[in-house]
Amino acid sequence: MSEPLLTIKNISKEFSGVRVLNNINIDINRGEIYGILGENGAGKSTLLKIICGIYTPSAGELFLAGRKVSVGTPMEAKALGISMIPQEFNLIETLTVFENIFLGSEVRKGFLLDKPYMREQTSNLMQELQTDLSPNALISSLSVAQKQMVEIAKALVHDSHILIMDEPTTVLTIHEVEILFDLMAKLKEKGVTILFISHKLKEVKRVCDRILILRDGDQIGVEEVQNVDEHDMARKMVGRELNQTFPEKSFPQEEVVLQVRNLNITNLLTDISFELKKGEILGFSGLIGAGRTELAESLMGLRPKNSGEITINGEKVDIQSPLDALKHKLGYLSEDRKGKGLLLNFRIPENITLISLKKYTRWFIRKEQEAESTRNYIKQFNIKASSLKSELEFLSGGNQQKVYFSKWMDTDPDILILDEPTRGIDVNAKRDMYHFIHSLVEAGVSCIIISSELEEIIGLCTRVIVMREGRITSEVSGEHINEEEIMYYAAGLN
Amino acid sequence: MNFQAVNWNQIKKIDFSKYTPFIALLLLVILSAIGSEHFLKFRNITNILRQVSYTGTIALGMTFAIVAGGFDLSVGSMTAFVGVIAIYTLNYLGAGADAVILAVLAAIVLGSALGAVNGLIVTKGRITSFIATLGTMSIFRSLTLYVSEAGEVISQNDLYPEIGGGYFLNIPFPVLIFLGLAVAFHVLLNNTPFGRHVCAVGANQQVAVFSAIKVKWITFLTFVITGFTVGVTAVLLSSRLNSVSPGDAGIFFELDAIAAVVIGGTPLSGGRGTIWGTVIGAVILGIINNMLNMLGVSPYLQGTVKGLVILIAVLLQYKKS
Repeated sequence: MSEPLLTIKNISKEFSGVRVLNNINIDINRGEIYGILGENGAGKSTLLKIICGIYTPSAGELFLAGRKVSVGTPMEAKALGISMIPQEFNLIETLTVFENIFLGSEVRKGFLLDKPYMREQTSNLMQELQTDLSPNALISSLSVAQKQMVEIAKALVHDSHILIMDEPTTVLTIHEVEILFDLMAKLKEKGVTILFISHKLKEVKRVCDRILILRDGDQIGVEEVQNVDEHDMARKMVGRELNQTFPEKSFPQEEVVLQVRNLNITNLLTDISFELKKGEILGFSGLIGAGRTELAESLMGLRPKNSGEITINGEKVDIQSPLDALKHKLGYLSEDRKGKGLLLNFRIPENITLISLKKYTRWFIRKEQEAESTRNYIKQFNIKASSLKSELEFLSGGNQQKVYFSKWMDTDPDILILDEPTRGIDVNAKRDMYHFIHSLVEAGVSCIIISSELEEIIGLCTRVIVMREGRITSEVSGEHINEEEIMYYAAGLN
Repeated sequence: MNFQAVNWNQIKKIDFSKYTPFIALLLLVILSAIGSEHFLKFRNITNILRQVSYTGTIALGMTFAIVAGGFDLSVGSMTAFVGVIAIYTLNYLGAGADAVILAVLAAIVLGSALGAVNGLIVTKGRITSFIATLGTMSIFRSLTLYVSEAGEVISQNDLYPEIGGGYFLNIPFPVLIFLGLAVAFHVLLNNTPFGRHVCAVGANQQVAVFSAIKVKWITFLTFVITGFTVGVTAVLLSSRLNSVSPGDAGIFFELDAIAAVVIGGTPLSGGRGTIWGTVIGAVILGIINNMLNMLGVSPYLQGTVKGLVILIAVLLQYKKS
């Protein structure tokens, strides 16, 4: 390789005296896929935001193709060919693909928009990306993966040669991830440089050429990916040996606590029957859209069902609302922590006690008791917050998830459904979550875990139900809980 | 290591964003006291508070509707309608204190019931509160004019004016009722599960649903509370004048009530808010009216000033978030 495309030299960043990035020095080559690894709070986002002009560094310099540049704003970054593919897409749902791609840089012919030209350009771009997405499709009609494609196309139309992807795979199905990786390979061939951030070390190992590892704002090392394995990466990120991510599996008792029979929801779920034993961790695996979340929501009374019988502790129940579910000591942590789980503008205690508020009320809410109970959860679940008065939006993803967990623990559930319990949280918080779940079932609570991370399902569950297109396709247990078998049923390869 | 920086940030945050309405009120009082020697006289202060208490009481109820993410435009027309019906009830029942008590009860029940109608349209009919109450605003006004045949409705009871015109310890009754309700509502919003649920519904309806909160019921109740405060105001206002003129009574009350809530720091997007802020917002509006009168500013210009104050209050909120 000749001269590096992007050089980061002695970059540091302080926020009101706190150093969050410390003297980072890296070279990134043209056409390279460069991974950036670190736990939450290690400084990954800060570094990215410096590169794409959202933050200005406190010290240090950036060089683009050997020329010193200062990236003051995201606009300037774009002009220099640096684009960020955001985690939460900035697309306008009511506009079409081509309108979004050319948003803000519309091509005009006289006073009017030159729509045919823009359509053609978009369609060329889509061909280049080898997708059959129509330029005239409405964004609201697209899948998450397709939306991501549009975001990438949007960056390419601006001649970006550096793409920053911040955890692009978290929202994708396994199949879609493959498409994304293919696309990344093609972009790489064209000489596009990609900065890739992911919590999934397996992906990093697979797609990246080199990686930078950050810990507490320090540059721990730059490695050729071929020289390290996932264990090395994790060890370097955390700074110590990560022994035992998953606790020892514990085996359920004989007693059946939940039984579902022939549950149907038109167009969503067909003939769902299963049972859950006391103290069991039952996994639900499947691709996105297999109907697992819908199943959980219907169990909680959040979705009306057409038919089906649910029995809890031997008693037939009719759950029409979350309140009914609560009465039967059923709990559900949604996959959508921010949209359905927590009130981000509320403080920690108010979030934790929201469902169980009655416990704290005798005429009026006894706020001292709320605080007391919150302090216990903070201690028990190792929640890091500067004070009880912190609003939730100022907590990291992992700590938010622990607050969410506490919120349901405070209702004292017998059955807890956890939907993607570790989405978007770092290695340490994940490990914590696994151990909390484990001690929960040890105490006789029964858990259903819905997860797209096979590793998690395999590591935690004693029995796994695989779903596909609204049906249960298989149930595996024991040694059959392995990646091949689960994928086989999830993808419907039989 | 960075204690000073952190503390300073916290101080700045608390002082600025939370107490802005209070600081604004303080400044306004000081300016007014300098501007007019009559301003700080006891009589003037109680007058201002009395003026404020009518729309202020409605603003207390409106705070619940707005915190829950809603809105009620019908309160002005509703005030006129309830006022007219209250006086008709009174005249039907004849003289005496028990007639007054029954009429007052009827007014409060009617107000709450009309609020319930708004609440039902919003929750069961799934119509956004803006449109729903725009509709009922027109309906209530038209019904008022119809039942009264657009003529002034006058009470024949001698005791009735005592409510709106009476004093206790030299303080007008309406002021006492306004402040008393404010204290009760403050406790309701801050110290009860209901108040917490109102905030949760306004902050994120989905999260509220997933947290086993009866979202529709809570939303419905905020409209009932607003209707209840309209019932109270209708009594205070009609008893003060001992009559209701169906065409003008309650005109622009919705504006003043919403303005008081917003000036008091409650965001129109809902999710949080304070009752004391609303009280201060209402008083700020009252003082501005009072000062403009005392300074001899044309009454036609007063709307302009009020409008500017509302805009500034909202702008300040934007800056905060």
